[in-house]
Amino acid sequence: MNMRALCLWLLPLLLSVWHVDAFAHKPSDSYLTVKVADNHINGQWDIALRDIDFAIGLDADGNGEITWDEVRAKHSEMAAYAMARLSFVNGKESCPAQVSEHLIDDHTDGAYAVMRFSADCPATVETLNMRYTLFADIDPQHRGLLNLQYKGVTTTAILGPDNAEQSFKLAATSKFSQFAEYVKEGIWHIWIGFDHILFLLSLLLPSVLMMVAREWQPAHSFKASFIDVLKIVTAFTLAHSITLTLATLHIISLPSRWVEAAIAASVVIAALNNIYPLLLGKRWIAAFVFGLIHGFGFASVLADLGLPQSALLLALVGFNLGVEIGQLAIVSAFLPVAYAIRKSWFYQRVVLYAGSVLIVLIAGLWLIERLFNLKIISA
Amino acid sequence: MNPGITLRAIATVLPLLFFMASANAAPYIPTDGNQVLEHLPSRNDPAQAEFKRMRAELAANPTDMNLATALARRYIERSRNEGDPRYLGYAQAALTPWWKMPQPPIPVLVLRATLLQSTHQFDKSLLDLDSVLKLDRGNGQAWITRATILQVQGKYLEASRSCEHLYQLAPELITLTCLNNIANLDGQAEKSYTQLRDALVNSHESNPDIQIWVLTLLAEMAERLGNTATAEAHFRQAMKLEDPDTYLLGAYADFLLDHQRPAEVLPLLKNKTRVDALLLRYALALKALNSAEAAIQTEVLKQRFDAAMLRGDTVHQREQSRFELHLRNNPQAALKIAQLNWMVQKEPADVRVLLEAAAAANDKAAAKPILDWLQQTHMEYAALKPLINKLSTGS
Repeated sequence: MNMRALCLWLLPLLLSVWHVDAFAHKPSDSYLTVKVADNHINGQWDIALRDIDFAIGLDADGNGEITWDEVRAKHSEMAAYAMARLSFVNGKESCPAQVSEHLIDDHTDGAYAVMRFSADCPATVETLNMRYTLFADIDPQHRGLLNLQYKGVTTTAILGPDNAEQSFKLAATSKFSQFAEYVKEGIWHIWIGFDHILFLLSLLLPSVLMMVAREWQPAHSFKASFIDVLKIVTAFTLAHSITLTLATLHIISLPSRWVEAAIAASVVIAALNNIYPLLLGKRWIAAFVFGLIHGFGFASVLADLGLPQSALLLALVGFNLGVEIGQLAIVSAFLPVAYAIRKSWFYQRVVLYAGSVLIVLIAGLWLIERLFNLKIISA
Repeated sequence: MNPGITLRAIATVLPLLFFMASANAAPYIPTDGNQVLEHLPSRNDPAQAEFKRMRAELAANPTDMNLATALARRYIERSRNEGDPRYLGYAQAALTPWWKMPQPPIPVLVLRATLLQSTHQFDKSLLDLDSVLKLDRGNGQAWITRATILQVQGKYLEASRSCEHLYQLAPELITLTCLNNIANLDGQAEKSYTQLRDALVNSHESNPDIQIWVLTLLAEMAERLGNTATAEAHFRQAMKLEDPDTYLLGAYADFLLDHQRPAEVLPLLKNKTRVDALLLRYALALKALNSAEAAIQTEVLKQRFDAAMLRGDTVHQREQSRFELHLRNNPQAALKIAQLNWMVQKEPADVRVLLEAAAAANDKAAAKPILDWLQQTHMEYAALKPLINKLSTGS
């Protein structure tokens, strides 16, 4: 081979291997969440729009921008393409899946199509065999990141061309480990549920102070602060336990968007009360009234975990216990610190006042988002 | 109360709270049909049109090896330019009929080795390259890929031997770059730098990609020798040639960060944050500038690394260690990741992350193997001298 020809051939690859350290952005992944309860499968599948475009073409006008209308026009084609590449088999009986809802989600590396689907198996699922071949023919480096939830136990797996078929044994998890999982989920939900934390903190901030002649003064005793906190936390716990139970047992149900909006509103009101005090010693009443709404919020999270009808009570008690543990942890971290610095300018002005202003702002944005189904914050 | 302080406090905390709120956000249905959800390469981009044409041709005749390897090569090149690993998957797809063969034809073997090394499967890649070289001693691409992998693994002697085969197969500048880049790490820092610099001048190389490649290496060599001004001159020359690739951008950003010039990093990387390694440097610059946005970008990076871990990816451990150390202030985690990374690759940047993490974690024992290794190879790295002294005393 003559040298010039070789060199032309060599050049691009030479440079690609030189920097072995792949300076890359995120590779192609899909996120697949599957929840199994009895013989039902519910799932959510997030697939990058760029990948779908590469497979079936979304950018109808070819201008390099994918609009919602362009995605919407392809919904049925997308569902058919994706579902032909994912199958569920219980033992030997197949469980055909149907897409029920199409949404969009923004991940850190771009927009994803979100498909919610459900499948019914002829019998209670014991061994779930999954086959995943999405993009195997056009991008063998694509992976599906599976999150399989069953009776509160989560299993993860990586699905790809080299392990397209995987089998999961679902039966036989002990009652105790199930219970423990729900407790953990409850704690986790409080921990990541900023709206619940902000609501509770807004109500607790004035507990270490008292209002004397329209001015905040430090509370006299730890006992007084402690009792105030106890009243609020007890009222909140009682209230949300009631509605969490009622909603989980399907005795009452409310549309989740309104529940989420009302939760945001409750945070705004609780924080506003610190700036323009109306309910001073009676904040436990607000904790109770709004706690009823927060309970509905908890219930929808619990429902999303995939509730087994056979272990409903177990899940309910475990989850609620987890929520209380998480809440207690926050309160016991808050109270001593707040009490210790209650006399300072920093607490009275920055923490209480500026903190409440911030909370009003952030919860106000949540409220607008949830009321009008917008996404302001991440836009 | 002082309203100024309150306002400033709000201005600092607000972006983070916004981000926390948005991270909490759920999937949604856009309200406006014209809302643009995602940007892609336009269909008018000639490269995309060419890809499309070649893919269609290949679909009609999937076992046409010349076509398949030509397409795969283009995809690999594209991946380097854009830093998008998806193209590597597309390249692999083009090679499907041969991919799983124990002994595919030589052109496919070379490409398979290239793709394997891009996901750090170095040993598998070397096996393929050795198969190629057994059949075809004159395969320059295989020799240079082999040299690169061995250099990254720190096997300098074997790597140099691979470079030597290039004398008869490639232009002199390429051979000299291959050799001097290795000699530079193996105790001949000054000499190899001078030789490579002269080789570039004498070659009258006109291809900008090759020039950028050599200039980036020269800049890094000069910087390791402690010649800041020379390093900067090389970087600037490379940056002027054409659109800089992601490696050059990362190396130049590191240079600026090391010399306390974070403000210059921001415009450089502002539109490149899709690339994880560049987002890392962007976030480091923000942090150095005490920007409130640093917390936001740190959170984005965290999500990227979490996703990579879910996937079982280990390609970004070098970056992940820096992330844990400098952005999350977690020396223990940084050290653990740096040690895992060290088992795979041993370039100067890998030395550095490990020593920095070991120093921050106050773990001299962890640094010991690396210090021994530095003694053995005589790798020069001026900026690391204080760190090395600190870690070697009293142990």
